[in-house]
Amino acid sequence: MFYSLGNSGGGLFDDIMRLNDEMDGAFARWPWPAGIRSVTRGTYPPVNVGSTPEQVDVFMFAAGLDPKTLDISIQKNLLSVAGERKAPVEKDVDYYRKERFDGAFRRVITLPDDVDPEQVDAHYRDGVLQIHVKRRETARPRQIEVK
Amino acid sequence: MAKAAAEMKDVTTRESGVVQERESEAVIRPPVDIFEDSEGITLEADMPGVSGDRLNLHVENDSLVVEGEASIDMPEGMEALYADVRATRYRRSFALSSELETDGIEASLRDGVLRVRIPKRAEVRPRRIEVRVE
Repeated sequence: MFYSLGNSGGGLFDDIMRLNDEMDGAFARWPWPAGIRSVTRGTYPPVNVGSTPEQVDVFMFAAGLDPKTLDISIQKNLLSVAGERKAPVEKDVDYYRKERFDGAFRRVITLPDDVDPEQVDAHYRDGVLQIHVKRRETARPRQIEVK
Repeated sequence: MAKAAAEMKDVTTRESGVVQERESEAVIRPPVDIFEDSEGITLEADMPGVSGDRLNLHVENDSLVVEGEASIDMPEGMEALYADVRATRYRRSFALSSELETDGIEASLRDGVLRVRIPKRAEVRPRRIEVRVE
């Protein structure tokens, strides 16, 4: 309910907003239990995982990243992404807000069991890292023709 | 999960050109850094997925409004397995004060990071007073 107020105003409502966000987050996920590798809301970078019968796509919302610092590895169905995002504190200025993440991060994501670790590619565009993993042929649904 | 799936599908439909405006649509408040020096104020915001043509920056009722729409490449029929991000629209606004020169605002966007520079009016910048030595 504070959403609209906070969005137009900022400032005073920010803390309430944040609390509200946290609560929304907790309830939005109910009744699904959190994954054992899931992280606190607000952790950098946020991740979405989507799937189709042919592939699994991991989207990391990692603005301002130097792709050269990225270390992406996959072991069976466990995808691990480590990197560093620099948002250093500027010198000789007065800060009012410092909300953006600065430092090293690592996220481990459990993918479905049938992904093929040999067929992975990744690209980075507009601050989104997209990792594309193919599923094994044998696991894909097959149409069986009736003769 | 079903809700997240629906939202991810929503993005897919939007990419194909069907734009639906909903009043109650969830928005993401981008995290920001704001700092001031003697010449002006700098604002940096993380808006991953937003390209230059989907960014909207304007001054409205003495507030700086930052808006953007994230677009990501998703194959058709994709279902969400997990989603930290459940909206595609960013919006946040900041009240400006009168000593800021709104006509002189400059902005750039790189790798999803928006950087806005708001200069102070010339008359409020600290002036260095030179002492003549005779």
